Amino acid sequence: MIEFLVKRLFTIVPTLVFVSMLIFGLQQLLPGDPAMILAGEDQDPEVIAHLRAKLHLDQPLPMRYAYWIGGVVQGDLGESVRTQLPVLDLILQKLPVTLELALLAMTIALVIGIPAGVVSAVGRGTAWDYAANLFALWGLSTPNFWLGILMILLFSVQLGWLPASGYESPFVDLQANLAAMIMPAFVLGNAIAAVLMRHTRSSMLQVLGADYVRTARAKGLSERVVVLKHALRNALTPIITLGALELGTLLSGAVLTEQVFTIPGFGKLVVDSVFNRDYAVVQGVVLVTATTYILLNLLADVAYFLVNPRLRS
Amino acid sequence: MSASAALPMAGAARGTEAGPWLRAWRRLRRRRGAMLGLVVVLIFVVLAVFAAWIAPQDPIATNWGAIRKAPSAEHWMGTDEIGRDVLSRVVWGTRASLLAGLASVSIALLLGVPIGLAAGFLGGFIDGLISRITDAFLACPFLILAIALAAFLGPSLTNAMIAIGVSATPIFVRLTRAQVINIKVEDYVEAARAVGNPPLRIALRHILPNILAPLIVQATLAIAAAVIAEASLSFLGLGQQPPAPSWGSMLNVAKNYVDNAPWMAVWPGMSIFLLVLSFNLLGDGLRDALDPRQR
Repeated sequence: MIEFLVKRLFTIVPTLVFVSMLIFGLQQLLPGDPAMILAGEDQDPEVIAHLRAKLHLDQPLPMRYAYWIGGVVQGDLGESVRTQLPVLDLILQKLPVTLELALLAMTIALVIGIPAGVVSAVGRGTAWDYAANLFALWGLSTPNFWLGILMILLFSVQLGWLPASGYESPFVDLQANLAAMIMPAFVLGNAIAAVLMRHTRSSMLQVLGADYVRTARAKGLSERVVVLKHALRNALTPIITLGALELGTLLSGAVLTEQVFTIPGFGKLVVDSVFNRDYAVVQGVVLVTATTYILLNLLADVAYFLVNPRLRS
Repeated sequence: MSASAALPMAGAARGTEAGPWLRAWRRLRRRRGAMLGLVVVLIFVVLAVFAAWIAPQDPIATNWGAIRKAPSAEHWMGTDEIGRDVLSRVVWGTRASLLAGLASVSIALLLGVPIGLAAGFLGGFIDGLISRITDAFLACPFLILAIALAAFLGPSLTNAMIAIGVSATPIFVRLTRAQVINIKVEDYVEAARAVGNPPLRIALRHILPNILAPLIVQATLAIAAAVIAEASLSFLGLGQQPPAPSWGSMLNVAKNYVDNAPWMAVWPGMSIFLLVLSFNLLGDGLRDALDPRQR
C-alpha cells in the first residue's frame, strides 16, 4: 500500500510541475507587454511598475517561472486587478458555493444514473433499456446552458414555482438556498447522470454474466437479492472512481450553469475574470482546478486499490 | 451469412469478397440510429454550405419595427431583440458550429496522432515525457482549459477553434499511443522490421492504417463535444463575436428575454441539440460497425 502510494506520487509530481509550467505559459500568449496588460484598463503607472517588479520582467523566462512557482507554493497566486484582493482568497471565498452546487448535482446524478443503469442492464433489450439509452443520449447531447434556460422558462416564467436567479447562503435561509439551487443542480447533474448510467449499465452487464451470480441464482436467492446485494455491489467499484473523475465535468458545467442562474460561485468567477481581463485570477483558477483534479485522481486510485482486494496482494 | 463469408479464401482468390471497410459500411447502414445521425449531419452541412441561398433574410439586418415578434408567416422562428430574423440567423449559425467542430478536431488529429505515434512507437524517455505533458493537459477540465486559452488568445471564432483543438489534442495523443503500443507487438510489424523497413515507414505504412478505426470513432464523438464547446465559448462571449450569428451567442442574448421572447432561446438551442445528437448517434454506430471483433 505504501509503495503503491509512493509510486503514484512519483508520477504525480512531474505532472504537477508540467501543469504549473502550462499555466505559467498561458501568460506568454498575451501579445505585448505583460505588465501593461495585467495592469488592466486603468493603466495606472504605479500598478504597472509594481507588476513589473513583482513579475521580475527583466529576468529570463526560467527565472520568472521560478519566482512565480515559489510564490504559488507559499499560497501567493497574485492579486486580482479588479479588486486588489489576493487571488487565493477570492477563490476560497467562492469555492464553497460551487462545492454545494457540485454536491447537489452529484447526488442527483447518482440517484438518477445508477438505478437507470441497473434497470437498463437487468432489462437488457426491453423497452426499459431503450428508454434508458435514450435518456443517456439526451443527457450527453443537450447543452446544459440551454437546458437551464428552458427550465427557467418552465419553472420560473410559466409556473412561477422557482426563482430564476439569486443565491442565499444555506446558513442564512436554507429553503431559499435550496429553491435557488435545485434547478442548476439538476441541469448540472443531468449530464453526469447520463455518463453514470452508461457506465453502470456496462459494469452491471459484465458482473451479471459472472459465475458467482449464477451460483447465487442457483442457490435459489430471489432475483432482487441477486441483483442488488451481489451484482450491484461489485459493479459499483469502478463507478466510485468514475464519480471522482467526473468532478472535471462538474466544474466545466458549473461555469456555464452559474452564468445562466447568476450564482456567485467559482464558475462565475472564471467568466467574470475573463471579461474583466483579470488574467491573474484566470491563471489561479486553472491552477487550483488542475491540482484538485490530480489529487482527486490519486484519491480515486487509492479508493479503487482499497476496495478491490485483488489489487492488494 | 453469405457464401463468400463462409469461404473466405475462395472469395479472396476470386477477388470478389468485400474488403473490411465495405463490410463495416454495410454494418453501419443496418443501424437506424447511426443512419439517422448521418442524414441529419448532412442536412446541416447543406445548410452551412448553401446558407446564402437557403436563409430567407439577411441575418444581420436589423428591423426596429419588428422587435421580438413571435413566429409568424414572415418570420418562421420569430425575431430577436433588434428585429433580426431568427431562422436566418440559425441557418447562418450552422457555419460557425460546423466549422468549429470540424476545424478543432482536425487540429487535434493533426497534432495528437503524430505525437501519440511517436510516444507509442519510440517508447522510453520520449514516451515518459510526452505522457507526463499529456497528463498535465488532461488534468485541466476541458472547458476550463479552452476558456483560459481563448481568454489569453483573445475572443474570436478562430481563437476558439484553436483553443478547443489544443484542449482536445491530449485525448488523441493518449488514444493513438495506446493503440500503437497494442499493435507494436503484432507479428506483421515484427516482420516489417525484420525485412529492413525504416521506422518511419513501419509507423506510417503498417501501424497507422491499423489504428484508424478507433480514431475515426473518437473523432466523430469529439466533433460533438467540439460543437458544444464552441457554443459554450460563444455563450460566454469568447467565440464568434456579434453581429456574426452563432447559436451560442444567440442563447446568451436570449436568456435575458426568456419571459417575453422564448423563441429566441428555443431554436438555436434545438439546433445545437440536434447536431450534437446526430454526431453522437453516428459515433456510437461507427463504434459498433468498426468493432474489430466483427471482422
